[in-house]
Amino acid sequence: MREASVALDARGVSVEIDGRQILADASIRVFSGEIVALIGPNGAGKSTLLAALTGDQTRSRGTIEIAGRPLDDWKLKELSQQRAVLLQENGVFFPFTVEQVVEMGRAPWQRTPLDHDDEEAVDEAIRLTDIERFRHRQVPSLSGGERARSAFARVLAQRTGILLLDEPTAALDLRHQEDVLRLARERAQTGDAVIVVLHDLNLAAAYADRIALLSSGRIVAQGSPREVLTVERISDVYAQPVEVITHPETGATIILPVRATARFRTALPRKASS
Amino acid sequence: MTAVDDATRTDRPSPESSADPLPRTVTARRRVLLITGLALALAVMALVSAGTGQLYVSPAEVFGSIMHAVGLDLGPLPAHPNGESALWTIRFPRVAMSIVIGAALAAAGLLMQAVFGNPLADPGVIGVSSGAALGASATIVFGWAFFGEWTIAVAAFITGLAATFVVYFMSRSGGKTEVVTLVLTGIAVNAFTGAGLALMTFLGDQAAREQIVFWQLGSLNGSRWQQFWIVLPLIVVGVVVAFVISRRLDLLSLGERSARHLGVNVEGLRIVAIVVTALLVAAAVSFAGIIAFVGLVIPHLMRMIIGPAHRPLLVASVLGGALLLLTADLVARTAVPMADLPIGMLTSLVGGPFFFWLLRRARRSAGGWG
Repeated sequence: MREASVALDARGVSVEIDGRQILADASIRVFSGEIVALIGPNGAGKSTLLAALTGDQTRSRGTIEIAGRPLDDWKLKELSQQRAVLLQENGVFFPFTVEQVVEMGRAPWQRTPLDHDDEEAVDEAIRLTDIERFRHRQVPSLSGGERARSAFARVLAQRTGILLLDEPTAALDLRHQEDVLRLARERAQTGDAVIVVLHDLNLAAAYADRIALLSSGRIVAQGSPREVLTVERISDVYAQPVEVITHPETGATIILPVRATARFRTALPRKASS
Repeated sequence: MTAVDDATRTDRPSPESSADPLPRTVTARRRVLLITGLALALAVMALVSAGTGQLYVSPAEVFGSIMHAVGLDLGPLPAHPNGESALWTIRFPRVAMSIVIGAALAAAGLLMQAVFGNPLADPGVIGVSSGAALGASATIVFGWAFFGEWTIAVAAFITGLAATFVVYFMSRSGGKTEVVTLVLTGIAVNAFTGAGLALMTFLGDQAAREQIVFWQLGSLNGSRWQQFWIVLPLIVVGVVVAFVISRRLDLLSLGERSARHLGVNVEGLRIVAIVVTALLVAAAVSFAGIIAFVGLVIPHLMRMIIGPAHRPLLVASVLGGALLLLTADLVARTAVPMADLPIGMLTSLVGGPFFFWLLRRARRSAGGWG
């Protein structure tokens, strides 16, 4: 294995919008070859942190370095050769086909020696994301999940060393959720750094090397899934009692909300009779 | 279309059959066919149009006249004694003007649609054309001549640019413009520029008033070579810049954040596109008045045939716009004997219902005025 280097380094990043602190003093360092998941309840600041890391969101304090160089010193074009970003909104204004949208992922490499790989990169991304069936269809006619996979293919085709993914699994069915994270895993194994915002704690537990848990604009815990995903911490941050179970065969961490199933069942007939 | 296998039949639109219109090779073939076809049609139409009028000159003679002018001894010269002078002093300037102005309007419409992320944008509908006309009419009324013969074009450019920026800052949210916002902003801008034009009509003398009314109708009557040589460089520059930025406009369709992540300086690109739009519209309006809907109808039709990729779309739209205006102008000056209909009236007559249909369709497909 090649030596891991720091792909992205954020120190003390704060974001204020209209005088309100959305993100406070967030520090996170991501090495090449690892997947870091950002988790936390709605409004905790996950997407804001990701937007700050991409440069979309102006920060009020803090420094961000991409591949050892301050974010603001990068030219947009060079930056787009370093890192690809998948956003939550994947709408396309005009009836471009899926294939054309994936080809747009190659734009950063135009007029570089790597633009010979364009066709191969596009075909590979389309194959990996399982969108071959509708590669010639127009994006606006697709379902939300199909659009999301097309956008993910575009990001893969960009072939950058850093991937920033904002809830890539949100619109997807079970199988394609696994696909997306498996592909992220494969990219990490070849040395890429992946930062991914996730809602599904079990996916985060299964695929992330490290997890950063956000709550009310702060990173409240950072570490391996086992370290971060404890009963007390998750129950507290999400204000929802959970159980953490270890899968009997694989040893995987599984988080389940406490649903008080038994009581619910006995309560039902009584409610019906009242 | 292929039959759908029973096993793959689902509720979703079936992938391999009906909704699969544009594989790569088909698209490429369509582009070549469309662009070649338009170029040929434009050439033929130019010969026919130049020869048609009170004094008829056959297309062959028109061709011959051009060939002789460039020093080639090819084809017959006009048989009529006044044929040669009618062609070169009246018809050719007008044909040339209609071609470049049609091209400019279509390119401007395409650029606006890309910038606003909305296929219903058109310089006439939004009010950029009337904004430019306001500058042009002020030049006439106040007798300005800061820039010599270029003054009208410069003034039209400045007010047209102001109108475009107003629309741009008023109507965008999140990188795109909703249909309702776009149309309402257009109403507001048109109301304001309409008031300005009314004021100019009030202030101006008889000659200026006639000129202003003529602008509002839109006409290519009385086109001269001198005007053509003013307009041509502006339009060439505009179309060339549009061509250069066309690939980046594709990326803009992904939304401004995604475009930025693919290396596009979004704000810079938008400013360039807006300035070029104003330049093209000003060049068109300065001597031909307000000709609406060319920028709406042409890019839309072309997009339906070859898809939304901006580079081929621009080429097709420039040719299509030129062909449309050339044809419309031929109709304008020959439909009613001894009369020269305003060409702006003709394009609106066709473009209005088309716009109406597009609005209906946009409402249906978006489930509202999205």
